[in-house]
Amino acid sequence: MLLSAENLACERGGRTVFSNQNFSLGSGELLQLTGANGAGKSSLLRLLASLSEPSHGKISLEGGAADLTSGQQAHYIAHGDASKSALTVAENLKFWRDFLGGGDLEAALSALNLAPLADYPVALLSAGQKRRLALARLALVPRAIWLLDEPSVGLDEASQKLLVALMSSHLKAGGLIVAATHVPLGVKSDRNLHLGGQ
Amino acid sequence: MQQFANPTRFLAIANKALPLIWVLTIILFAIGLYGALVTAPPDYQQGETVRIMFVHVPAAWLAMLVYTVMALASAVAIIFRHPLADVAAKSAAPIGAVFCFLALATGSLWGKPMWGAWWVWDARLTSMFVLFLLYVGYIAIWQAIEEPGRAAMIARIVALVGFINIPVIKFSVDWWNTLHQPASVLRMDGSTIDWSIRWPLLVLGLAYTLLFLALHLMSMRSEIAARKLRNLQIARSGEA
Amino acid sequence: MTLLAALLRRDLILAARQGGGAGTALGFFLAVLVLLPIGIGPDQATLQRLAPGILWITLLLSVLLSADRIFQQDFEDGSLEVMAMAPPSLELVALTKAVAHWLSTSLPLSIAAPFLGILLNLRTEVIWPLALAMILGSFALSLLASIGASLTLNIRRGGLLISILVLPLYVPILVFGMSATTGNPEMINPSLLILAAITLASFVLAPIAAAAALRAYLK
Repeated sequence: MLLSAENLACERGGRTVFSNQNFSLGSGELLQLTGANGAGKSSLLRLLASLSEPSHGKISLEGGAADLTSGQQAHYIAHGDASKSALTVAENLKFWRDFLGGGDLEAALSALNLAPLADYPVALLSAGQKRRLALARLALVPRAIWLLDEPSVGLDEASQKLLVALMSSHLKAGGLIVAATHVPLGVKSDRNLHLGGQ
Repeated sequence: MQQFANPTRFLAIANKALPLIWVLTIILFAIGLYGALVTAPPDYQQGETVRIMFVHVPAAWLAMLVYTVMALASAVAIIFRHPLADVAAKSAAPIGAVFCFLALATGSLWGKPMWGAWWVWDARLTSMFVLFLLYVGYIAIWQAIEEPGRAAMIARIVALVGFINIPVIKFSVDWWNTLHQPASVLRMDGSTIDWSIRWPLLVLGLAYTLLFLALHLMSMRSEIAARKLRNLQIARSGEA
Repeated sequence: MTLLAALLRRDLILAARQGGGAGTALGFFLAVLVLLPIGIGPDQATLQRLAPGILWITLLLSVLLSADRIFQQDFEDGSLEVMAMAPPSLELVALTKAVAHWLSTSLPLSIAAPFLGILLNLRTEVIWPLALAMILGSFALSLLASIGASLTLNIRRGGLLISILVLPLYVPILVFGMSATTGNPEMINPSLLILAAITLASFVLAPIAAAAALRAYLK
């Protein structure tokens, strides 16, 4: 599998966020996005998630399902936790499992140590626990590409280790990860893309 | 700045055409008003008040025409992504709303001598009122959304959804009206109206259309200028 | 289909647990129903004449008041992004959420409204036509509300704007809903058929418009 960007440019509200970005990412590789606030890390992830379109250039994916966009074969974990406070942890995960096409609930609960919290309503969780619930989607439903926007924010040390383990096993299994981050994640990155403010 | 390649040509044409359009507008208004105020006879029932019609009817026509222009421009913006189309739709809206308001106000003025009330829920006036709400909603969308690209897309949808609904609303209001009261004084069956009334009406309709064209071109011109200014500001703040 | 069924089930559970669904809307309905006779006067004959109109308008307002919830929460917590990337098209997601709004709010209200009409001395022979018209029309009300909700997704004071955008679209439903309850038996069938046609057209067009608006907000 090869995810590549050619001559990519992004514009928001008439302002050019970045331009002329090129990279390619193969199976088992991690691309780390760095750069100052407003440099376009999140914007680039949203382009890769097919949520918005580049103003120039293109994103291509080789070796994936031909009838799906790169976004449909990806997990995108951004700042929202995509969970409902009126549902329990397990109910939230069950919904995403069913809506996203099936997966392993037990694996997801244990990957982020959520099993003890499974029957808690999300309303009672702390911010870090909610973050773990959001990240549990990664282990829940198999997707080849992971797009992570500051995935470790709000996590305690033990949870960060769980995230690192999750990412490493995804890479080992031949997955692709693009992660935007300010702090080192603790996973060896194969590529680094620094977005400079324009 | 490539998105302004086209507007430059548009501006050149608009600047040349505007004086001509203004002259034609004034001439047509002079002829139409002469016909409306001097040669057309007073109505045997309504007397001189019937002349309100010469302001009211073309305003109502234009209110509908302008919404159509807006919807067409929005469709063009969606299909061809032409940058001028959004400008055209956005700058047409306030003008259409004013025509619509004019139609409502003159309809109300006409209602006083006709029905003895400033406002009567006649089918045409009610439809015009709903059209006015559609205009207000469209204009409000442009003001409520800060991000220009998003505002443009949402406004296009609002214009098109409204446009699809106009015939349904018109049909339903006519249906509603026949349930409650017989047809109104404001009815304009083309065939039954005397030529001496009809020609000033048609000339004034044309004059109103040209007036819209002139105002629309001017409004588009200032909208383009405003967008250029905004882009310059963004570019400059980017450099700083 | 099973993917969308999961979404429908979740939205219905959320409506039941969080309130904001039928319960709150019904409370609003009752509040308006108490105020109107106080404003109009308790005269039985007047209330009887106005009853169908009052019930319809209260239904429109209750549906409208709950409309902004259709997409907002899912937008704010990021769920909508995940849904936009999932295999089901955003049109089907929008349709499913409109159906959930109908089942959780508009439908229960339109079933309850004719019976609440007893408080307004509603004539018994119009109860059935009114109930039928409301059940048919309420689906269109939810579908059109979903357009309004998507158009005003991230707008401050979107509640007011949604009313300006959606109420004009409600005019035909109100007209034909009322014309089914004039008491003239000949008007019932054509009115219900036209209502059904409006509902069908909304069923096709509303998800397209709503999804286009959602995409603009997700960019």
